[in-house]
Amino acid sequence: MAVPVAFFAVFFAYPVAAIVARGLRTDGAWQPGRIADVLAQPDVRQVLWFTTWQALASTALTLLVALPGAYVFARYDFPGKQVLRAVVTVPFVLPTVVVGSAFLALVGRGGLLDDLGGVRLDTTVWAILLAHVFFNYAVVVRTVGGLWSQLDPRQEEAARMLGASRFGAWRTVTLPALAPAVAAATLMVFLFTFTSFGVVQILGGPAFSTLEVEIYRQTSEIFDLSTAAVLTMIQFVAVGSILALHAWTVRRRETALRLVDASVTARRPRGAGQWAFLGAVVATVAVLIVLPLAVLVQRSFGGAGLGYYRALTEDEGGVFLVPPIEAVGNSLQYAVAATAIAVVIGGLAAVALTRRDAGRLVRGFDALLMLPLGVSAVTVGFGFLIALDEPPLDLRASWILVPLAQALVGVPFVVRTMLPVLRAVDGRLREAAAVLGASPWRAWREVDLPMVRRALLIAAGFAFAVSLGEFGATVFIARPENPTLPVAVARLLGRPGDLNYGQAMALSTILMIVCAVALLVLERLRTDRTGEF
Amino acid sequence: MLLNLESATVRFGGRAVLDGVGLGVAEHEIVCVLGPSGSGKSTLLRAVAGLQPLDSGRILLDGRDQAGVPAHKRGVGLMFQDHQLFPQRDVGGNVAFGLRMHGAARDEQSRRVRELLDLVGLPGAAGRAVAALSGGEQQRVALARALAPSPRLLMLDEPLGQLDRSLRERLVVELRELFGRLGTTVLAVTHDQGEAFALADRVVVMRDGRIAQSGTPLEVWQRPADAFVARFLGFENVVGATVADGVAVTPWGKVPVPDGAPRGTRTLLVRPAGVRLVPADEGLRCTVAARTFRGTHVAVRLRPEDAPLLEAACALRSAPEVGDEVGVEFDEAEIAVLG
Repeated sequence: MAVPVAFFAVFFAYPVAAIVARGLRTDGAWQPGRIADVLAQPDVRQVLWFTTWQALASTALTLLVALPGAYVFARYDFPGKQVLRAVVTVPFVLPTVVVGSAFLALVGRGGLLDDLGGVRLDTTVWAILLAHVFFNYAVVVRTVGGLWSQLDPRQEEAARMLGASRFGAWRTVTLPALAPAVAAATLMVFLFTFTSFGVVQILGGPAFSTLEVEIYRQTSEIFDLSTAAVLTMIQFVAVGSILALHAWTVRRRETALRLVDASVTARRPRGAGQWAFLGAVVATVAVLIVLPLAVLVQRSFGGAGLGYYRALTEDEGGVFLVPPIEAVGNSLQYAVAATAIAVVIGGLAAVALTRRDAGRLVRGFDALLMLPLGVSAVTVGFGFLIALDEPPLDLRASWILVPLAQALVGVPFVVRTMLPVLRAVDGRLREAAAVLGASPWRAWREVDLPMVRRALLIAAGFAFAVSLGEFGATVFIARPENPTLPVAVARLLGRPGDLNYGQAMALSTILMIVCAVALLVLERLRTDRTGEF
Repeated sequence: MLLNLESATVRFGGRAVLDGVGLGVAEHEIVCVLGPSGSGKSTLLRAVAGLQPLDSGRILLDGRDQAGVPAHKRGVGLMFQDHQLFPQRDVGGNVAFGLRMHGAARDEQSRRVRELLDLVGLPGAAGRAVAALSGGEQQRVALARALAPSPRLLMLDEPLGQLDRSLRERLVVELRELFGRLGTTVLAVTHDQGEAFALADRVVVMRDGRIAQSGTPLEVWQRPADAFVARFLGFENVVGATVADGVAVTPWGKVPVPDGAPRGTRTLLVRPAGVRLVPADEGLRCTVAARTFRGTHVAVRLRPEDAPLLEAACALRSAPEVGDEVGVEFDEAEIAVLG
């Protein structure tokens, strides 16, 4: 317990405190009035307004598109279901910059739609909204569909036998059971889109800017650190509220529902109508998820064959001090370190949280652990930037800074993956081992470890994928000569010229493949599909 | 005594779940604790196993106080209510677990596993997955696992609780025979009186964390200590009575009692077989309220005027119909004056 607490104190609480101090303290005096000053600026209000409404619109659009998908995954059994499920989940682990690049290739300047019909969406908000739907489709399908597939269909049948119509039975029995899951998914999607950084950074252009992008802009372009700090605090409060609401809905979801094995609730579609419905969902997935990724790959070869890939290995001395391909090595190295840190910290935290004598304080820590997930990567990165670059803790020169930030973002995933599994281990199994002569440590090793080993691997995989694709925090603190893959992609996209564009597509493709492979390995390991991620 | 409990007490939030329990189990004895759910039986086993610390009192094994001795060093076995087999190990792995914990050599382990699986009637099952076992097979594996490290005391928590009736009746006979052969000392708990009577040398009835009665199955059955024990054993004709010379005054009228019964204000038990039906104009006048076919006999519920219901056991042929008027006389051989 002490280790994770110390980790969070030093690498999360301390940087956040530093942000607050930077924002509200000038010339050695506290000036809380700064918040009102910043909020009064018209362009800040503009950003706040855009951040909120695009998040609302993205969330509504995602629900509209993904809920039919959740139903199909929950209730229909059809050939290729496993493949489709994996395809749908891929976007969730894809780095934001890859998604940005993919949609740029689809709807941007010189993109597929531009070539075909002269349509460009990258100057409109639609590109952002579509990318957000792409990203969060899996969140809804997994959270809602996961529960839906475990609801006992006989409950609906019981309602039908009591005289409810087909729709009436759904409305009175299934919908209320599903509502908390829908609410939780809605809040999750809202949170992710509210704090969207990479996608907006790449697709938003100068016209559209979310709070996250604005924080970054204030820091790296205008160098107004105190305004950035105030904006971060606003973001912090907003995200904290959303997370609290989310925790509340999740707790409500845990009320007793009759759950059955998902494999018995799905059946073949019957009749033309149901097949057409299934077809529509598959078509949506094809257009929304497969198409952008396919176009991304196609653009990376764009006329030049392997030319763009070959160019990655060359040191052209402009954008980078090193050949872009070195970013792959950097990324892998950072990701391995970040994964190790996240698994150790997250694992220890999860074990501490499952101990039966865990008090209020410890359970409060559970919620605290989730903060970095929502409090946005930019907050973490910015916090590191201003807190850890001067005594007493000067890590600016150390390569460990990047993995530390990435681990911080990865820990919530580790905890969330491990907790349900650890909680599911029946304490009496441990007692059975004790009565047979196993000491407490031996009992843990013999009983718990074999059961959580798989979850540990999955958690490590998630942490790896997360840190590989991590952009928001890394962009603040990665050193120019050691860019990670996402940072390199963003830099290439920021430059004019076909060669840079093609290289960005090629790097994105590499990153996508690494992440997709990591995910597919995870999917094979994962047996239950009830987890939140 | 192999096991001795001296005023063992466990409290959960102020409520005493074990309330000053004193109990001894001699070597090679099979003791069965009988009680309704919530009477503290499972807590008793957990306390002896070292899984539940005592709030006061002592537990002695072979005369040695077990305070501060952790569960894995007590050398007792516990078979859990729902078996708690390790799901990630096969049958052999489960049975060998205790041997491994005690550092037995590998060939010794496999020899013992084979021996125990033979003993519980599952020869050659070592390679099977526990998830593929039926309830009865799981129970056998759990038993083999508990027996493997040769515990000085074997404890069973509702050993046959989840099995269906016919299997239960067969297994309880097998268990008693097996424990007798091995000379195992056993402390079992159950809520099923049939199971307790069939298994035990001595039955201990528990109520609200206290011991209500202790004795051989025959003693307990013939002379329940009080109204609670009598009702728990399934007797319904239990009333307050004033006992004088060979006669008890009850709401049912005067009832004969055996010679030498204690006098004064007492609780009286009339076994169903002691309620004899006679023509309506003789004895206590009753209406037949219900009749239940019980296989060997018919249980008849009788409603006297101004007195509690009476249960009688009748032969199949002579049982009256619902609504019939009958008379009742009492047979003193089937009547016991309690505590």
